[in-house]
Amino acid sequence: MRPLLHDSAEVNVSRRTFLTVGAAAGGGLLLSFSLPGFRLGTAEAGEAAGAPILNAFVRIAPDGIVTIAAKNPEIGQGVKTSLPMLIAEELDVDWKDVRTEQALLDEEAYGRQSAGGSTAIPGNYLSLRRVGAAGRQMLVAAAAANWGVPAAALTTASGVVSHKASGRSAKYGELAAKAATLASPDLATVALKDPKDFKIIGKPIGGVDSPLIVRGEPVFGIDADVPGMRYAVFEKCPVNGGKVLGANLEAIRALPGVRHAFLVKSPEGGRGMGLKDGVAIVADSWWQASKALEKLEVKWDEGVVDDQSSDYFARTAAALADKAPAKVARQDGDVEQAFADAARVVEAQYEYPFLCHATLEPQNCTAQVKDGKVEIWAPSQTPGSGQKMVASMLGVPATAVTIHLMRCGGGFGRRLANDYMVEAAWIAREAGEPVKLLWNRRQDTRHDAYRPAGFHFFKGAVDKEGRLTGLRNHFVSLGGWAGAGEFPAGRVPNLHYGTTSLPLRASTGALRAPGSNESAFVYQCFLDEMAHAAGKDPIAFQLELLSTPVEPAEDAGRRRFGMSADRMRGVLELVAENSGWNMRSRLPKGTGMGVGCYFSHGGYFAEVMQVTVAAGGALKVNKVWVAGDVGSQIVNPSGAINQVQGAVIDGISQAFAQITFDRGRVQQSNFHDFHMLRIDQAPPVEVHFRTTDFPPSGLGEPALPPAVPALCNAIFAATGKRIRRLPIEWTLKV
Amino acid sequence: MTALNINGKEHHFESAADTPLLWVLRDVLNLKGSKYGCGMGQCGACTVHVDGRPVRSCITPVGSIGAAAITTIEGVGATPTGSKVQQAWLDLDVMQCGYCQAGQIMSATALLEKHPKPTDKDIDAGMRDNICRCATYVRIRAAIKRAAGLPETDSREA
Ligand code: FES
Ligand code: FES
Repeated sequence: MRPLLHDSAEVNVSRRTFLTVGAAAGGGLLLSFSLPGFRLGTAEAGEAAGAPILNAFVRIAPDGIVTIAAKNPEIGQGVKTSLPMLIAEELDVDWKDVRTEQALLDEEAYGRQSAGGSTAIPGNYLSLRRVGAAGRQMLVAAAAANWGVPAAALTTASGVVSHKASGRSAKYGELAAKAATLASPDLATVALKDPKDFKIIGKPIGGVDSPLIVRGEPVFGIDADVPGMRYAVFEKCPVNGGKVLGANLEAIRALPGVRHAFLVKSPEGGRGMGLKDGVAIVADSWWQASKALEKLEVKWDEGVVDDQSSDYFARTAAALADKAPAKVARQDGDVEQAFADAARVVEAQYEYPFLCHATLEPQNCTAQVKDGKVEIWAPSQTPGSGQKMVASMLGVPATAVTIHLMRCGGGFGRRLANDYMVEAAWIAREAGEPVKLLWNRRQDTRHDAYRPAGFHFFKGAVDKEGRLTGLRNHFVSLGGWAGAGEFPAGRVPNLHYGTTSLPLRASTGALRAPGSNESAFVYQCFLDEMAHAAGKDPIAFQLELLSTPVEPAEDAGRRRFGMSADRMRGVLELVAENSGWNMRSRLPKGTGMGVGCYFSHGGYFAEVMQVTVAAGGALKVNKVWVAGDVGSQIVNPSGAINQVQGAVIDGISQAFAQITFDRGRVQQSNFHDFHMLRIDQAPPVEVHFRTTDFPPSGLGEPALPPAVPALCNAIFAATGKRIRRLPIEWTLKV
Repeated sequence: MTALNINGKEHHFESAADTPLLWVLRDVLNLKGSKYGCGMGQCGACTVHVDGRPVRSCITPVGSIGAAAITTIEGVGATPTGSKVQQAWLDLDVMQCGYCQAGQIMSATALLEKHPKPTDKDIDAGMRDNICRCATYVRIRAAIKRAAGLPETDSREA
């Protein structure tokens, strides 16, 4: 099964950038352009009709202040800072003179949608630099015309054009009006800086919204405020896709502050991540709506739930262990023969649970429906698809739906779905008043597109020389997806990957590094087992596998999606060096080091963890070393290191958490039973990047997957106990 | 009519006595810096100070506060410690999504008022009740030390 939601599904990458130039209101130069990779909804239609929607702009005002606006949602990954950095670098201005503008303040001509994803940097690295360079070229041309000198004799720095020979200089602000009258250059031919001359790219730069956030200013979705708005709660069937039959609406309407209480029946059946059946309560305050919710009694038709419990899933999967998989994903050589000929054979069963996203800001949306027009204020990673969904549910054209992008209090893939957006729009229409819908934490935990759960039945063979000669994996999947090319596929002569899917009522979806976060755990841990079976150092064992020629041969043209063995070897060797891997035998008893490496989203990461398990079984992660390769340039090292440290700690957190089902109902409800790592459990994380000659790739995700196997392999090194089942207990039975 | 002293100003409003302070701050008084994360004292996103002590406003009924002085993220910058903490947060670029950070700054300020030179153990104890879903813990720890004028190294390293 493919993911219902994928982080790149909404990003329709177009390599073309359109640029137009004109005078800015109030004087100055306005460069309007379309941002490739961020063109959604109506923008696609506009482009097809030959009229590109210019969804971003740079304005150079007479006072020299440069304002950069882009429409991308900020979910904490830092694009609102790193993308403007690309423009400012080539424009050759000082970062202190740059302002970024909220897209929602700009309503006229630039289109309304945009979306983020881990493609932001690779998709825009060159095109945004070209926009900045085009602006610089025009300002230089304006100065050249004013002074009657050739443009080639002019230089720029810090927002000033200078003519060395005559000693003349002019600030960009003074030249902007003149530049606005010139023709815009061809973006394909503008000259870009040599990276060694960068003054902004590659320098640590703080988040542009941070000064607002430390003062508590309202920038998040939950902070939206519309005159006359009321507050809504929406209770859905505890079993995904269940039907609402009735509720004690009269009693609810009589409670303090309650304005409306009504049933919502989904016209589309209520599966997936659209509008679902439920009961809406609208009140004068969210607290009053929440109090009323405590008194709500609903009659649901839950449907068939007998086969929807976590223990049932485990029993069913176990019974499939020795059966042939329903689908063969990849088959090389003769794996049974390899087992028969092996010096050693290892069998192991791995499993991991469902996880929710637990964005700290619960799902919410503010909506107003008036005179056939819908206005939405939402924290969303894919507002373009939200707009389409709202339009089709409410039966209005997409052009009648305006979406204001609010900062997201975390994304992690949760806000790729816009279920809360369509709920808010529906409730606002039914109530006839603007509403702010806010899910409580219980609802947020129980109505998610969960990280899929899975069971993996592995069998591996090594020969007398300690080479991996056979590998079999039967993956029993609950809403997940299998990669036929999972490492070490192609490097083992006899291999068999197969999948069987179990029926699942709950929705599953993308959680930070989707597919990779669970695959890294099972494959990297089982390879660690095979290394031990072969009597080899786990890093040496993986380096050896990476040196094996791959079948079929790697397609160099698909490097971004296919793994480069050289780059993976590079990060493994770097992390071994930085962590003191070769000295690990000197660690005291009860302390051990483990390694994990993984390629995802274009990035290469290898991580070593050191853990101590005390006599009573108490587990402590002492330190993590990370080596990453995301190409030739880290755009913002401050944001980059923050992302990597966060991803690693997030990975550790994932290894201790779970969502379980009982007859279709999620059993966890809040942070007391769905655990997130706390500061005292979070280890120091030392990050090193290896610079390689490849285009820069994104950093939101690829550092997460290796963290889980590095942790589990470290626990094995410390205790001799294999962690084959997640979640791990903080107090291990050893 | 309920009266509360918030950030040095007297506020009067209508509200049931059992309404949690968080919802009065956010939805009645339009002080939206304090955040809702869990509603049960688990995450710390709603942390404010009541007479200088860090308190989870999501489980603090307005009727229980009386004349005590409340400080929120909107007012904490007026205190010397609060403004130092805010500056350290900017200097070290602590934030990712930023949603937890109002609560983190409030807890960190209360911690530094009590322990002006905190050890890593003090930081663990004072900040354990604040979740950061983006896991910016490495920088939160360093920023607290910077605000305290301490070296930013993590003494817990093995
Ligand atoms: S919202 Fe108050 S502790 Fe989480
Ligand atoms: S910065 Fe996102 S929750 Fe802390």
